[in-house]
Amino acid sequence: MSKGLLIQMLFSDRIRWAGRAAAASAIVALAITLLIAGAGCRRTPRVGASITAAGSTSVQPFAEFLAESYMAGGGAPPINVQGGGSSAGIQAAIEGAAQIGMSSRDLKPDEKAVLKEYIIAHDAIAIIVNPQNPVEALTKAQVRAVFSGTVTNWKQFGGPDRAITVISREEGSGTRSSFDEGVLKEVALTPSALVQDSNGSVRETVAGDRNAIGYLSLGLVDSRVKAVSLDGVQPTLQTARSKQYPLVRPFLFLTKGDPPEGVRRFLDYVLGSEGQTILLKEGLVPANPAIGG
Amino acid sequence: MKEQVLTRKRRPGLSEKGVERVLTAIAFSSIAVLALITVFIFVGGIPAIAKTGLWSFVSGHRWAPSRQAFGIFPMIVGSLYVTVGALIIGVPLSLAGAVFLSEVAPPNVARVVKPAIELLAGIPSVIYGFIGLVILVPLIRDHLGGPGFSVLASSIVLGIMILPTVISISYDSLKAVPAYYRDGSTALGATKWQTIYMVLLPAARSGILAGVILGMGRAIGETMAVIMVAGNATQVPGSLLAPVRTLTSNIALEMGYAAGLHRQALFGTGVILFVIIMILSILASLTTPAKGRARRGAAR
Repeated sequence: MSKGLLIQMLFSDRIRWAGRAAAASAIVALAITLLIAGAGCRRTPRVGASITAAGSTSVQPFAEFLAESYMAGGGAPPINVQGGGSSAGIQAAIEGAAQIGMSSRDLKPDEKAVLKEYIIAHDAIAIIVNPQNPVEALTKAQVRAVFSGTVTNWKQFGGPDRAITVISREEGSGTRSSFDEGVLKEVALTPSALVQDSNGSVRETVAGDRNAIGYLSLGLVDSRVKAVSLDGVQPTLQTARSKQYPLVRPFLFLTKGDPPEGVRRFLDYVLGSEGQTILLKEGLVPANPAIGG
Repeated sequence: MKEQVLTRKRRPGLSEKGVERVLTAIAFSSIAVLALITVFIFVGGIPAIAKTGLWSFVSGHRWAPSRQAFGIFPMIVGSLYVTVGALIIGVPLSLAGAVFLSEVAPPNVARVVKPAIELLAGIPSVIYGFIGLVILVPLIRDHLGGPGFSVLASSIVLGIMILPTVISISYDSLKAVPAYYRDGSTALGATKWQTIYMVLLPAARSGILAGVILGMGRAIGETMAVIMVAGNATQVPGSLLAPVRTLTSNIALEMGYAAGLHRQALFGTGVILFVIIMILSILASLTTPAKGRARRGAAR
């Protein structure tokens, strides 16, 4: 074999390789373009194949428990539970991207007009501090002063002489909106507040910082943090149910118009005694007054 | 033989012209993707910026979307602070690392250490963030004060994250300095350190600068790790120990929940980030050739 031929063959091999690479990259480029084009229009899932519930990250873990036990009981079609936040859940329900939207805040009037809401449970929002903090009781006005930045030292509440670290949730979070409506009202959150993007990281931060104060779903309060009483009422299932505790919000399932048969059956399960008992066991106030009364 | 080659060339899809055309098309499609992204961001972001007014959007100190306040000045400052902090921490370490690897370390050591440093680039950013959250934040809180979530914590995490980028590029450009520079310097009686400091580093400057700029790009664009250690407060940080929110974390934190004008304002944040990064890259491409000329001058 002559040297020339070898070079030619190598060269043509390179061309062939280039051709293959070109074809491959063309496919990749096409895929990327399609992806970008596709991102604009949301896909509507096939009805009947499976049910998607999307929205509030506060409702999400409870919805997952419900879906699991519903499917374990032979309930079909399967239920997919996704997070994304209350506003995203409401949006998904309106657009039909999810058959069930989940929200942990009350609907705004324009949202109420297009959506059907099912209150599946009530949840108290607990004000939490580090267990090392001697402060046990706060009033709503005091909490408002702390979160708006007018009170910045624990000393003013009979605690140690240390600066308060305020922990909040991000704009748009259902827990945040409920807290805003229930406590802050017209005053704005202090810009020096730390912002954490989930119930879990709020709990983690308060558990690790003895100067911190935050707010959290009552069902997620555990021994690493301490829930203080608000206006003299300790947050518990009982005080939340009786509405004595002043910071209670609804957990909502939302559908656009009347739900189809599959969704209807799941909703019946959630609102029925079995689903409500599960929610009670997980630390929520059942919507059905007959359960755990 | 020639015939064989010609028949090969005549096969469909393999002709020189065809390949050329396909390659050109693909190359341009990547530019098209860039253009699409630009258009998307701008179309999404301009309405909010127009409504708020460009100046009050960029210079506003208050970010409270639910109260119709859209000012991203704290985030712009925050992004710049943590990026500069990352460079202050990362660049000396990187330069020392690159000089050590290319000039000082015995080849056997370099063979082990270099891949190890490159491995740093493969660790997902959420891991850096998690380590920062679990170790760095409590350390700063307990020993230096403040909430721990801070400019300092973010700068340290980002400073470590840019190491592999800056080290590998600086290392390559140091290695690319011709051997006769070293020989000449040694022949003139310079010590090893004098050679490194006065000959090799200036000669490799353009490459090192490119590495630093790439590192800066990584630092300003990093999101996940920063969200976990920065504290994300919407104020201009008053000290190294104060919490900070960057442009990228502002978008990532609130994207899931945002709708309407709030969502557009997040796209607007993206527009500003885009412009800042564009300015940085233009500055970079303006600086690099000039240094290249200086280097060629030095070679003469």
